[in-house]
Amino acid sequence: MVRRLVPHPLLSLMLILVWLGLVNTFTLGNLILGTSFGLIIPMLTAAYWPDRPTLARPLKAVEYVLVVLWDIIVANVQVAAIILFKRETTINSQWIPIPLELTSAEAITVLAGTITMTPGTVSATLAADGRAILVHCLHTDDPNAIRDEIKTRYERRLLEIFP
Amino acid sequence: MSLAAELLISIALIVSGLFGLVGSYGLVKLKDTLQRLHAPTKATTLGVGGVLIASMIFFYMETGHISVHELLISLFLFLTAPITANFIAKAYLARNTREEDLPSSDGDFGWSVYDDPPNSDSDR
Repeated sequence: MVRRLVPHPLLSLMLILVWLGLVNTFTLGNLILGTSFGLIIPMLTAAYWPDRPTLARPLKAVEYVLVVLWDIIVANVQVAAIILFKRETTINSQWIPIPLELTSAEAITVLAGTITMTPGTVSATLAADGRAILVHCLHTDDPNAIRDEIKTRYERRLLEIFP
Repeated sequence: MSLAAELLISIALIVSGLFGLVGSYGLVKLKDTLQRLHAPTKATTLGVGGVLIASMIFFYMETGHISVHELLISLFLFLTAPITANFIAKAYLARNTREEDLPSSDGDFGWSVYDDPPNSDSDR
């Protein structure tokens, strides 16, 4: 019963927080309106998202966000340097296939988003059975190093967060 | 507003402006669509991020309240930018790249742009 009324508790909480952030002032009326959005929207969309993802280690998720933010800053500088100082003809773009150990759809989505947001790599497509992801790398001479970094830095952490 | 705050805001704005400029220059300089795809993912991270940080400091100094709109903007960017980039990459693959040009997926199934997914009802 509770499960039917609140199919995604984390989504509900997120919607309430986003609503309060959008109106930017905390009042009881806003809280009630936000809570009703947080209850109604997950119910209406429950058919499209039947499984509830489990977050095993919420603290690890915080660590993951911080690691990714830091990597975004570092990688921004690296890519800016590639654009500014490398001649077009020496930019060595490559496709890198990465085998995945992650199985949950949510975890793979987060990984694909992370790969794209850390500049220098863009996730292009998945294998049809979801066991590998194809990444386009702007410039690298060592595709294996990029693959290993993504696997150890991001995928290992995601495996702990989404069991 | 104190001098230190003004300095911080100016630095954040200049950094974001520089990264925005480099990202746009990348669009001109790089050769093909997939390389150019790397430029907008950059402009939306440090380029927009710098403006948002400057805006947060400014409104905190002006009004004394922390504004969360900027955090929401970055949240929405982080949700939408990868999906846009992913769709552009997929469309490019479908139109301009042959399966033989890509490295193999090393699995039972090829890349989803060319290969059909396994027929399973629920477990995926």
